[in-house]
Amino acid sequence: MAPSKLSPTGLRFESIDKRYGGLFALRRVSFEIAAGECAVLAGRNGSGKTTLLRIAGQIVRPTAGKLSFPGSSADSSANSRPGYVGHSTMVYDELTAEENLLLFARLQKVESPVARAEDLLREVGLYERRASLVRTFSRGMRQRIAIARALIHRPSVLLLDEPATGLDPLGITWLANSLRELSRAGCTIVMSLHGESEISTLATRAVRLDAGIVIADTQTGASLRDILMFGAA
Amino acid sequence: MSLFSNTAVLLSKELRTEFRSRELLTTTVVFILVVLILFSFAISPTTEESREFGPGLLWLAILFAASLMLQPCFLREQNNDTLSSLRLAVSDPFSIFLAKLIANTLFLLLTELIMLPFFAIFYNVPILPEIHWLVLVLFLGSLGISVAGTALSAISAQARMRELLLPLLLLPLLTPVLVVSATVTVSLFEREPIVKGKGIAFLAVFDVVFLTALWLFGEYLLEE
Amino acid sequence: MSKRIILAAVAILLVIAAAYASFFLAPEERTMGLIQRIFYFHAATAWAGEMTFFVCFLANLLYVWKRQPKYDWLGVSSAEVGLACITVVLITGPIWAHPVWGIWWTWDARLTSTFVLWLLYVSYLLLRTLIEEPERRALLSALFGIFAFLDVPLVFFSIRWWRTQHPQPVIMGGSGSGLDPTMSKVFFFSVLAMHVLAAFLIVERYVLEKMNSELDFLAREVEAQ
Repeated sequence: MAPSKLSPTGLRFESIDKRYGGLFALRRVSFEIAAGECAVLAGRNGSGKTTLLRIAGQIVRPTAGKLSFPGSSADSSANSRPGYVGHSTMVYDELTAEENLLLFARLQKVESPVARAEDLLREVGLYERRASLVRTFSRGMRQRIAIARALIHRPSVLLLDEPATGLDPLGITWLANSLRELSRAGCTIVMSLHGESEISTLATRAVRLDAGIVIADTQTGASLRDILMFGAA
Repeated sequence: MSLFSNTAVLLSKELRTEFRSRELLTTTVVFILVVLILFSFAISPTTEESREFGPGLLWLAILFAASLMLQPCFLREQNNDTLSSLRLAVSDPFSIFLAKLIANTLFLLLTELIMLPFFAIFYNVPILPEIHWLVLVLFLGSLGISVAGTALSAISAQARMRELLLPLLLLPLLTPVLVVSATVTVSLFEREPIVKGKGIAFLAVFDVVFLTALWLFGEYLLEE
Repeated sequence: MSKRIILAAVAILLVIAAAYASFFLAPEERTMGLIQRIFYFHAATAWAGEMTFFVCFLANLLYVWKRQPKYDWLGVSSAEVGLACITVVLITGPIWAHPVWGIWWTWDARLTSTFVLWLLYVSYLLLRTLIEEPERRALLSALFGIFAFLDVPLVFFSIRWWRTQHPQPVIMGGSGSGLDPTMSKVFFFSVLAMHVLAAFLIVERYVLEKMNSELDFLAREVEAQ
């Protein structure tokens, strides 16, 4: 699962605005996450966490402002693209786990796609079910295939949108362990979470959003606990 | 070239998905069959009339079937937000369209070829004499339908009432394909079959115009 | 505001003048009689309609390129005015055809492609009503508008080359085929009048759309709080 060790990469938001008609989903969001940090985005539903992550994942373009990845080497353009795990699995239900990973590996020009897909399946513990259609997977397994897909191109930055949703305690432990391992290997992690959990213990940084604005940041003195639980700056 | 390799990978995904379930193919074949039969009930043509009106009805049936068959095209990418993962994975968004339109053309063509013997029997038309030209016309017409249909399917998937919207957007747009394909097909079934080169060239032009438009504007159709 | 009033006044005056000219200045046509005078209105509106659809196409292209709402407002305004023109053409066509040739409709190239054009722009406007979010609506309808416009010449030629009946009653007849000089002058004056009228209608519709859009913007902001 280890990311490419060549370029530890950070994430920088500069004055990001996102407007939908008259609605500001995000307003002048500016902060930077250093390479290797494990950051948590906190906030109520509708605070803009998902929008910000989708912008970071380059799925959505900001209305204004700039997104950059300081530290990524120019030639590894494929690797500099972050891995994104969203609310949906973003894989095909009617294909098997193996077929899905092969598809995304081939599209992203991953070296030795077959071997890479196999390795990832083993690492997320889906190797036995590699020939099963994703449609038959449980919620926990779906999360695992989603993560495998996000990691297929060895990204240096991994984005996760409420990854613990719907997971049982075993699933959450597995997720926490996997993220810990990734973080140790130098991957920059940004995830949105609700409240405290086994996963939030990994965080070295936290930012809270409310109505599209950054209202608290551990970098400017707020405590991690406060950000996760109470939302006061 | 990355566009072609990505298209090939995506095309194999589209084909694999469809041939695993064969839902689209079977429903489309049955639909065209039903429409053709209903047409003949409504008109009850004589043999001579069949030869004259049959092709027009065939193409009309193909158009109706296609406007239904093309709906899942982008809708099914909304299921698990796979459209986002595809967009992230490919360097050129046109490869997504190219793969889908090639797949859709193949599905349509396959459906038409399956339908052809039934059509020949019910409407008493001699399809064998110029079968190679007939297949060419079917191919060019189906390609035109697929190109326009795939593009519009990306639009209608983002609107409400998409089941009604796609036919509404697509059918007027495909008038040239209907007119020309039907005319060329009729002349292929005459006692002295005539090959209307001008018509075939026109269909090719239609295909090129919309392929180019899709190439130029496709990425905006997928924007979020 | 005053520019708009001037435009309105000019448009109305030109239309009245053109109507007067068609009825009283143009000579009576030999074979068709009084009903032929509707030609000035019918053909002039058709030309104005085609021009507005071209404006719509340009607005669509500009929106996709620049993403400024004003191009979206121009697009919908010109599409609606164009649709109105086309509706007039489709109604006056049969009104003219029936007394002259005894038929209400003929599948001639121009009328048929006009009808398909009508369908395409109705779909364009319908599409807009089915997309809530303003930016999506603007982008997707602009893209459909571009495809629709590219289709128009294809529709026209496909019908002209393979569907036009023989013999061909010349519905748009006269233009270009040796019109009497006075008729010519009246015709081109009518064309001018209808273009100015169309421009006036587009401006008014644009202003309305602009206000609507700004109101919608404010409403969404309030709702978000």
